[in-house]
Order: sequence, then structure tokens, then C-alpha cells
Amino acid sequence: MLAFIKRHEGLWLFTRSPFVMLAAIVAVAIILGAVFAPWIALVNPYDLASFSLMDGLLPPVWEEFGNEKFLLGTDDQGRDMISSILYGARLSLIIGISAMTIATFLGVGLGLVAGYFGGRFDAVIMRIADIQLALPAILTALLIDGIARGILPPDMQQNLRVTVLIVAIALSLWVNFARTARASTFVQMNKEYVQAAVMQGQHPLRVMFVHILPNILGPLLVIMTVDLASAILLEATLSFLGIGLPADSPSLGTLIRIGMQFLLSGEWWILWIPTLFLVALVVSINVLGDFLRDVFNPRLR
Amino acid sequence: MLRVEHLTVKFPSRFGDVTAVEDMSLSIAPGEIHGLVGESGAGKSTVGAAIIGLLQQPGYIANGDLMLGDTDLRALDRFEAHALRGKRISMIFQDPQTSLNPLMKIEDQLVETILAHEDIPSNDAKKRAIDLLEEMGIEDAASRMQAYPHQFSGGMRQRVVIALALCTNPELIIADEPTTALDVAVQSQVLDLIRRLADIRKVGFILITHDIGVIAQIADTVTVMRYGKLIESGATAQVLGHPKHAYTKQLMDAVPPLDRKITRFRVPEEDDGLAASGPGKGDAAEAWLLEGVRQQAVGLSLQNITVEFPGTRTSIWHKPKPFVALDDISFDVQPGSVMGIVGESGSGKSTLAKTLTGLITPSSGGMTLGGSPLPGGKTRSRHHPSRQLIQMVFQDPFSSLNSRHRIGTILAEPLWLYGLVNDSDERRDLCIDMLSLVGMDPDAIDKYPHQFSGGQRQRIAVARALLARPTILICDEPTSALDVSIQAQLLNLLKDLQAAFGLTVLFISHNLSVVRQMADDIVVLRNGRIQEKGASEQVFETPEADYTKKLLSLTPVMPHDWSL
Repeated sequence: MLAFIKRHEGLWLFTRSPFVMLAAIVAVAIILGAVFAPWIALVNPYDLASFSLMDGLLPPVWEEFGNEKFLLGTDDQGRDMISSILYGARLSLIIGISAMTIATFLGVGLGLVAGYFGGRFDAVIMRIADIQLALPAILTALLIDGIARGILPPDMQQNLRVTVLIVAIALSLWVNFARTARASTFVQMNKEYVQAAVMQGQHPLRVMFVHILPNILGPLLVIMTVDLASAILLEATLSFLGIGLPADSPSLGTLIRIGMQFLLSGEWWILWIPTLFLVALVVSINVLGDFLRDVFNPRLR
Repeated sequence: MLRVEHLTVKFPSRFGDVTAVEDMSLSIAPGEIHGLVGESGAGKSTVGAAIIGLLQQPGYIANGDLMLGDTDLRALDRFEAHALRGKRISMIFQDPQTSLNPLMKIEDQLVETILAHEDIPSNDAKKRAIDLLEEMGIEDAASRMQAYPHQFSGGMRQRVVIALALCTNPELIIADEPTTALDVAVQSQVLDLIRRLADIRKVGFILITHDIGVIAQIADTVTVMRYGKLIESGATAQVLGHPKHAYTKQLMDAVPPLDRKITRFRVPEEDDGLAASGPGKGDAAEAWLLEGVRQQAVGLSLQNITVEFPGTRTSIWHKPKPFVALDDISFDVQPGSVMGIVGESGSGKSTLAKTLTGLITPSSGGMTLGGSPLPGGKTRSRHHPSRQLIQMVFQDPFSSLNSRHRIGTILAEPLWLYGLVNDSDERRDLCIDMLSLVGMDPDAIDKYPHQFSGGQRQRIAVARALLARPTILICDEPTSALDVSIQAQLLNLLKDLQAAFGLTVLFISHNLSVVRQMADDIVVLRNGRIQEKGASEQVFETPEADYTKKLLSLTPVMPHDWSL
């Protein structure tokens, strides 16, 4: 076991950085909790029959009037905070991961093409990316939301809220991927193995995806992690501002928005617990991203 | 003056301590140039770093004495060592591009260094800086000093670096590959300068280099290292002329001579665990290759090829003047012969290779391959037969193989791409056999490129080129990244393959001695123009162009007989 770890530099570094290990444990615990929410959670916050108004506004168990049934207290509707958070994290992660995946495919594809062909392709794609960067994510989300409302019949709109959010977030994140992929492709284009492949007359798509792509995965993996954290934060921001998900299917951002109303009335846990949870999730993902950056870029060490 | 005894340097790693230098001893008198030779990984640079106290973290000196005059270098604390560096020991690095601060004027860098070690008025420091630069052979130093490093050429910059090393009157200068990045003409000037400084100023030099020609030219004494250990040490003529140790003999045998052509290098074939390409191995691959190549050898010819690159635009109204990389190049390569292309950096050698392989589009001129026209650059389609017939071995073995693919995948690529072998098992067998043919172990097929040394990777690159069944093989500086003994092995291999398969080879190199060993005909390039072309022996024996004569006279040569 030890010999195996020593042979793999990344693993070896991992076992020597306790902070990164802690971040990994937190991230894995949250992801597992979110995935298995329907089996772990006490109540289903989407199912009105599973909770009761009678349990409303109970504080966490260590406070006065705390109830052992609801370890972290309940909100005004009587929903268990832990259950809401697990379901909320589930939604946040679904949106974050989907948006990140779409952004990866879009950005890496365009970045590779721009870097490989250069010239006009490059100019057009990168100018579009510049325009995209100038638009705040919220504006993009509003725009797409507006278009969706305009085109789609009202009964479909409710179901499409998640999709609209995913597309909006993906559109504001793809530029990162495109820029990194393009810059790394430029570097690889000067390597002789790429020239060898071009010289042999291999198809451009093969050169791009079979030869160049595996060699630029390192930096892309780092961006994927860091952008997953950004996507989750973006979703939280949009939901907090009310552009995101409605209160009956709460994500972490929606939970925080609901909690805001209770900040000054003494029921602090309704705001603070989901907020701390979001911070823990985003920080641990970012720490893992930084760690990956160190592993893939030996010069920074 | 400097005495190093039983020096041992270790580097802790996750596999325990690695010994980089073991039990190394040497001593240097004032005015002596001591050459430190060895192949990569021999620990030459580590010795230099240990002496000057700049060992890379977390390396440490485990044992030994380092005495500079009466000072025990190991007993110094951090601040004393810092004060001594620059003051009594200086260093010259390999790359003059990066060893000067690009944002500071030469004057400021020199004056700053002098003032850091001496408490003198800045005007005196400035005057000393001017004198030094003039001593280094920089004319009009007072005004040139106001320039930034990028305004100097490579050789001039290396002179500035030497001035910088000298400006505090050190007793010892450690020069780590000081001329490796320079062209021969500049190299010989810098070497002359170093020799003169040692003679006149009585500065001791440790000259670290892999180039035995350089050592032979200027070093008084020499130490040969291998795997961190001292192999042989003594006066240059004695060690290089009459080597006692078997390794030194091997090393000397592997050095290509400039003054004659030898048919084969004497190298121990079993070196580094490489499987010998003896009889019985690689037979199938050989037969397969012969079957494809036997048709006939094919010649190559270039007519008035000119390559221009767009210049930097300085005005919106005028089109920028193009940079001419190749100017009106014409020559013929005879079928089955080896054509050597020689030139210094920037002469257009690599551009020529890229033009032939279709990576660069020539702006005018034509090429023919075996009599039929060869379209250039973008006009050559992906399916043009020349894509298969012309193959290339690149300069840098560390970037020419895709590090994310297994050797088997890399080698099989030309086979399916050109539809030569359609069954994947057959492809694998052929690749294994081809590996044996180029002297590699068959196990290599499932490994990744990073598991091999530079020389082994270059063999794999040759195997990849051969698997396309080419008739023309372009070798662009195939040995410049390799150690001299590995270079000898690879040159032997290329000679064998060329003879066996009647390949037409275009051998590009800046190294005249190497080209002499390989080429039948030769083209000498300079700034994109042909200076001289002709049969190799004739060009080397009776060169006509002034440029060729100059190149030949400046290349460091090994003396024929060593006077003891």
C-alpha cells in the first residue's frame, strides 16, 4: 500500500497535506449526503404531507426548546433543516455539475478548434468569448429566462427553471475553458509529436482529440474543479436574487433567501446553517482544485 | 587555491536519500582552467553548485571538505556564504538570455553588483564597469552600457555575463556550460576570452561541459565524472590523449572527429541494457521493410525554393517587409545517398525540413520527389503519397513522442494510417520486431515514453519513421539533445539502417563533425542562403566559401597527437 502511494506523486502529496484530506472528506461527505438524500433525510421538503406546521421554527437541539428529532432545527413551515439542506445540496450539485459539464464540452471544443486552426477561427471564437465575459452571469440568466418565458407555454416554464439555470450558468463559465484549452493547445502545437502527426497527414480532428486533448487535460481538470465551485455559487446567487429556483423546490441559494427573512427575528439558524454549509462545500472544492493545480504544475511547488 | 576532498552530496526523496555526487576530489590553482566532463546525470553541475553553496533544495553535503584558500566553505553560515558568493567565487550560467535581468540596463546590473560587495563611490564603480566591458571586448563600452540586455546579441550578452562574474575580482569562476547555447564562431571568442582571463588575471575556472572538444581546446586539467563518481583526473593531454580508464576511452571513441570520416563508432553495444540489434532480432521487420523499399531509392530535388514569413507590422499604411527564411534554395539529393545540411542557428535548416514535410508553404519555387512534383505546404493534401514516403526524426526526443500514448500506439499509427497492415495483432508483432531492429527491448511496446531515456526515445522515433515504409528520411538535429556516447550509438544505427534499406537521408545538424560522419553530399546554409554545396569530403578537405572555411577553423578539434 505504502509502496503504491509512493509511486504516485499525487497520492503521496495527498497523504502529506492534512488540510487537503479534510477538504476531501467534507466534499465527499456532502456529495454522498446529497446523492442519498431521499434515503437519509427525515422528511421530504417537496412533500407537504411529510412535515407539519406544528413543528415550525424549532431551534437546533443544543438551544433551549430544541427537539432531538430535528438536530439543526426547523424552518417556519416545520421542515427539518438537515433534510432541506440535503435536498438543497442535491439540487445545487445537479445544477452545478451539469452546468460545468456543458461548459467543459463547449469551452474545450471551441478552445481546441481556435488553438488548432488559429487565424480567423481563433479571432471569431475569442471575440465571442470576450463579449461573453463582458456580460455578468445574472444578466445572461435573466436574458435566457426572459427568452424561455417568451417562447414557452406557461405550464412548461415551471419545469424548465432548472434547465434555464443550467444553460445560463454554463454560458457564463465556458469562456474559462475555452481560454485555457486554446492557450494549452498553442503550447502543444509547437511540440514535435503534434508536428509529426500533422506531417503524417492525420485528420485534424484526430490530431486535436487523440493527440492534443490528453496532453492538456491537467489544467482543464483544475478548471473543472474550480468552476464547479463557481457554478454552485452562481446558482446560489441567482436563486438568492429570485431568478433561480422557487421556494417550493429549494436549492441552497433559495434556502438562504428564505432564511434572510428570519435574520432579525431571532431564528438565526434558518439563515446561518445553509450558509455555512454552502461555504464548507465551496471552500473544500476550491481547496481540492488548488491541490490538483499543484499536482499538475510541478513548477509551482 | 580551491581544494575539494571526498565531497558527497545527497538529495532526500520519497524513496530515501539519493547520492548525486560521491567521494569527489579536485583542486584548482590560480589561473588554472579545470574541465569537468561527463554525460548528463554525471553530477557535474551538482559539484559546481555545492562549491558555490547554491545546492538545490533539499540537497545537502553529506561529507567532505571544501576549502577556498584558508576558508572552510562548509563552516560558513548563511550570511557569510552570501557575502563570499560573488566576492570570491562567481558563476557563469549556460543561457545568457536568462542570466541577465531584462528590465535593467547593463550599467545598473554591473554597478549594483560591484556596490553590493565593495564600499566605493558609485562613480568609481561605474568606471570599473566600463573598463571591464572593454576588457571583455565590447567596443564603446561607456555608451553600450546604457543598453538593455535584449539589445545585445547572444555572444555579447555572454561577455556581459562574464564581466558581471568578474566585476568583484573573484578568485574562482564556475562556468556551467558557458558556450553550449552559442554558435561556433561566438563560442570560440568566448573560449579565447576565458583562456585570456585565466592567464592574465590568474582567475581559476571550473569549466563544466559535456563538449570534449571545448575541454581539449582550453582546459589545463580535466576530471571525468560518471554517475556522480570521479572516473579519471589529471592533465588534459594525459587524460584525453592517453586515457587509462575504460570509460574515458569509450567516451573518446564516441567523439566524432572533424578531420576524417570513420565508418563506425566503436561503442559497447550492450550499454544501458539496450538489446543488441544482432542477427535473429528484427528479421521480420527487416524483411517487411525491404519488401516495401526495395522498389527503388527515390531522389529529391528543390528548385529555387523561397520561404518568407510575414514581418512585424510597423505602420498601418505599409505592408511589412517579409522575413526571408530561405532564399532561392536549389539542390538535388541523389537516390540512396545522405545529404547533410549544415548551418548555425537561424540559418533556416529547420525551415527547410518543415518545407519538405509540408508544414510550411514556400512562397515560390518547386520541389520534386522521384521526378514527380511535390506540392508544398497547404496545397499538399492529407492523402498525398509523400505523406508516407517522407518521414522525419525530430530534434527533441522529449517532445516528439506523445507522452499520453503507449509506445505500441505510437508505433502502430503509421501502419493503419497508410493502410500498410490492417490486422491489429500483425501490427503489434511488426512493431515489436521493429523495436528489436532499432535495438530496443520488446517489453517497451506497453510502456509510456517517460519511462525511457533520451537515446531510447530517439530510437523509438526512428522506429516510428521506418514503420511508414519511407524512402526519404529527414533527420533534424537527431542527436543534439543526446550525450556523446548515445549519439555514437544512434549514428551507428542510422548508418546501418541507411545502408540496409537504401534510404535517402537528409541529415540536418549544426555539428560539423557529426555531419562529416554521416553525409555523402553537403549543403552549407547561412541566413537562408546556400553558401556552398558539394561532395562532403571535398567540402571538408578543400572548402571554397569563406564562411565554410571560417566554420571549419573555429570548430574545436581534438589534436591528433597529444604532447605530454
